[in-house]
Amino acid sequence: MAAAGAVATDIEVVRGKRAALFFAAVAIVLGLPLWWKTTETYRAPLPYSQISGLNALQLRLKVPVTVVFTRDSVPLDDQGKLPFTVVHEREIPLKYKMKIKCRFQKNYRRALDHEEEALSLGNVQEAEAVLAQPEKQVEGSLTVYVISEHSSLLPQDMMSYIGPERTAVVRGIMHREAFNIIGRRIIQVAQAMSLTEDVLAAALADHLREDKWSSDKRRPLKSSLGYEITFSLLNPDPKSHDVHWDIEGAVQRYVQPFLNALSAAGNFSVDSQVYNVDPKAYNASERPVRVEVDMVRVMEVFLAQLRLLFGIAYPQVPPKCLLSGPKSEGLMTWELDRLLWARSVENLATATTTLTSLAQLLGKISNIVIKDDVASEVYRAVAAVQKAAEELASGHLSSAFAASQEAVTSSERAFFDPSLLHLLYFPDDQKFAIYIPLFLPMAVPILLSLVKIFLETRKSWKKPEKID
Amino acid sequence: MATAYFLSHCAITLAAFLLLSFRSVAASQIEVCTSRFWFNYRHVANTLSVYRSVKRLGIPDSHIVLMLADDMACNPRNPKPATVFSHKNMELNVYGDDVEVDYRSYEVTVENFLRVLTGRIPPSTPRSKRLLSDDRSNILIYMTGHGGNGFLKFQDSEEITNIELADAFEQMWQKRRYNELLFIIDTCQGASMYERFYSPNIMALASSQVGEDSLSHQPDPAIGVHLMDRYTFYVLEFLEEINPASQTNMNDLFQVCPKNLCVSTPGHRTDLFQRNPKNVLITDFFGSVRKVEITTETISLRQDSEITESSYKEDQMDEELMEPLKYVEQLPVAQIIHQKPKLKDWHPPGGFILGLWALIIMVFFKTYGIKHMKFIF
Repeated sequence: MAAAGAVATDIEVVRGKRAALFFAAVAIVLGLPLWWKTTETYRAPLPYSQISGLNALQLRLKVPVTVVFTRDSVPLDDQGKLPFTVVHEREIPLKYKMKIKCRFQKNYRRALDHEEEALSLGNVQEAEAVLAQPEKQVEGSLTVYVISEHSSLLPQDMMSYIGPERTAVVRGIMHREAFNIIGRRIIQVAQAMSLTEDVLAAALADHLREDKWSSDKRRPLKSSLGYEITFSLLNPDPKSHDVHWDIEGAVQRYVQPFLNALSAAGNFSVDSQVYNVDPKAYNASERPVRVEVDMVRVMEVFLAQLRLLFGIAYPQVPPKCLLSGPKSEGLMTWELDRLLWARSVENLATATTTLTSLAQLLGKISNIVIKDDVASEVYRAVAAVQKAAEELASGHLSSAFAASQEAVTSSERAFFDPSLLHLLYFPDDQKFAIYIPLFLPMAVPILLSLVKIFLETRKSWKKPEKID
Repeated sequence: MATAYFLSHCAITLAAFLLLSFRSVAASQIEVCTSRFWFNYRHVANTLSVYRSVKRLGIPDSHIVLMLADDMACNPRNPKPATVFSHKNMELNVYGDDVEVDYRSYEVTVENFLRVLTGRIPPSTPRSKRLLSDDRSNILIYMTGHGGNGFLKFQDSEEITNIELADAFEQMWQKRRYNELLFIIDTCQGASMYERFYSPNIMALASSQVGEDSLSHQPDPAIGVHLMDRYTFYVLEFLEEINPASQTNMNDLFQVCPKNLCVSTPGHRTDLFQRNPKNVLITDFFGSVRKVEITTETISLRQDSEITESSYKEDQMDEELMEPLKYVEQLPVAQIIHQKPKLKDWHPPGGFILGLWALIIMVFFKTYGIKHMKFIF
């Protein structure tokens, strides 16, 4: 009876051991991973390697220049070599992590008949009127006409001329090294009309490591999708002056053409307001004097200041170069191109910094959530940066600018998405305080039974040795 | 007879000012009071006093985010409604009539505070509730309330830890949302809140060290609560001496409220800050200097909107300090807080007191008999 009881308890004990082991197995194999998975911060996968690759991106800014040679601009045997292409590439020495190279691709060709005719007219403005076809000129490209050394198209002492549209005129030379000399002149003119180091340095001013406290450089407005311009009229003494200004008419006549010319750089909205400072009720017996503001003089100053605010500075014109008079809008077409180059580079720098900062933050702070839509914005931003770099390298300025704007928008949207702040921080002692009451009552019996099983098994291994 | 004439000179003067406020070292402020309930009146008064000081020094409301966790001015227990006083005898009403509270009452939560700092705000948030800062902005963050070792209590229901705050500042730094940051905290064990900062360009001040309590300053018997905390009281006194052209630097601010006045030991942290504190002006954070540039370039326009010739002249850059915007004359606080309390005139006791005493004496003599009068006189 005792033996049967002993066998029965043996079976019980064995069953008990198996049950305990099973519990432990389920807890460790199923429970632990399940708990880990359900309590981790959700992070949709991000292209970290691509983001770090963006920092080492090489930007190649291509400016396609078409150089048109008239009949007596260069020696005959040089004329025979036309058409061909010369590439002038230069690295911009900026202390920025992205390398920027400026590439002027000069396509040399002979002048067509109608171009020869136009360039033999009396003065350069007439020639331009015939030659310039703004709608055919691609953004970012330039056309340079090379005239003969003694042509009277330009004033005698001037070697080159920069027009309001994307055209320029340069004097040729009858010399053995004609192409080299003319090539240098062309580069000087092309740089003034497109990209110089200071244009890019101003665009990247935020990202360059320089001593901020000593630099008093004028900095234009940061690149943005849109701008709101408000014209305010301050009337310090409404009691004695009743001031009127025809702001609507002035904006329509003078400001709107300027903003239309700049429309590629962003959306603009204009409004106006009048401030009457110290508004006391005026004495009805003394009527205030009516003042009419001269809007032309006002707008002259404002347009000049708008140019400064957008960073359209007076270009560095090469020596002995005639700069054409400004257009009615107040903005030359190639000035807009310069702005777009600068803005594209600035946008790419900003987008890259934002994406890199996001990646760094995710590494440092463990409780930031990345949802799927945020991840897709990041992918879109990375793709846009790469596309913009490609377009810049192939010389398509407008699509490059559009891609760079998209890159900035997507990266900012991803970085500032409200969902990133989903979780708050729990210090370690709070985490223990939450988990111990839940897990300890369950874990202690399992652990203790495992220990007991282990000890008994070890004893049973040792026992046969002892007997023997 | 009204005549129209061209005030062209006036027009040019008007037009020639190019207010480059985005270029200035503009200051932004966030002031947070985290305590609810009437007996935490002093925290609201603290925050409002700092708010008044920075407004007086020229920072506009658009650059200030003010968060008050409870409404003391319109609290049913306030014996003087629509006022919040910071000095006893109700000398200075810091609530005034031009206070702009951006986050009020239950909107003051840890989440909203962190959202304001990091900029991760829902798109529908109005501009006044956002911190619109960039890499040129100096930011002042002032926090007050009840705190402990490593945390600050919000609304009596949640806390913000020093690690969250440090992470929030790091996120601001990564996106270059500040140029320099000054963090002032007036709570118990305030120094623990700045222990964990690791982002550059942060300077921090606290009213007490770890293990110490920050004490309140003076109660007002008429209102029935303590009006201000000591540290903020002495900081306010210090700020009253500052005007927008002051050359006082941060080292002077570190000396404010020594132990004999404050009972607790104020602390500061400057190791993350790049500049030497003695070169940092108080007005860098508490005031706003806007650069104004005068240009002389113009574009010639003809009446029929054709430009005949361009005149690109050499432009001279002048930089002037714009006249700081002034608000309506306030009480001369510096005079008031140092003046002696006024002596009140003596009035004879009123009818109620006389009647009460007559009753008492009558009862006394009724009880014990009139013959005991001789023991009194």
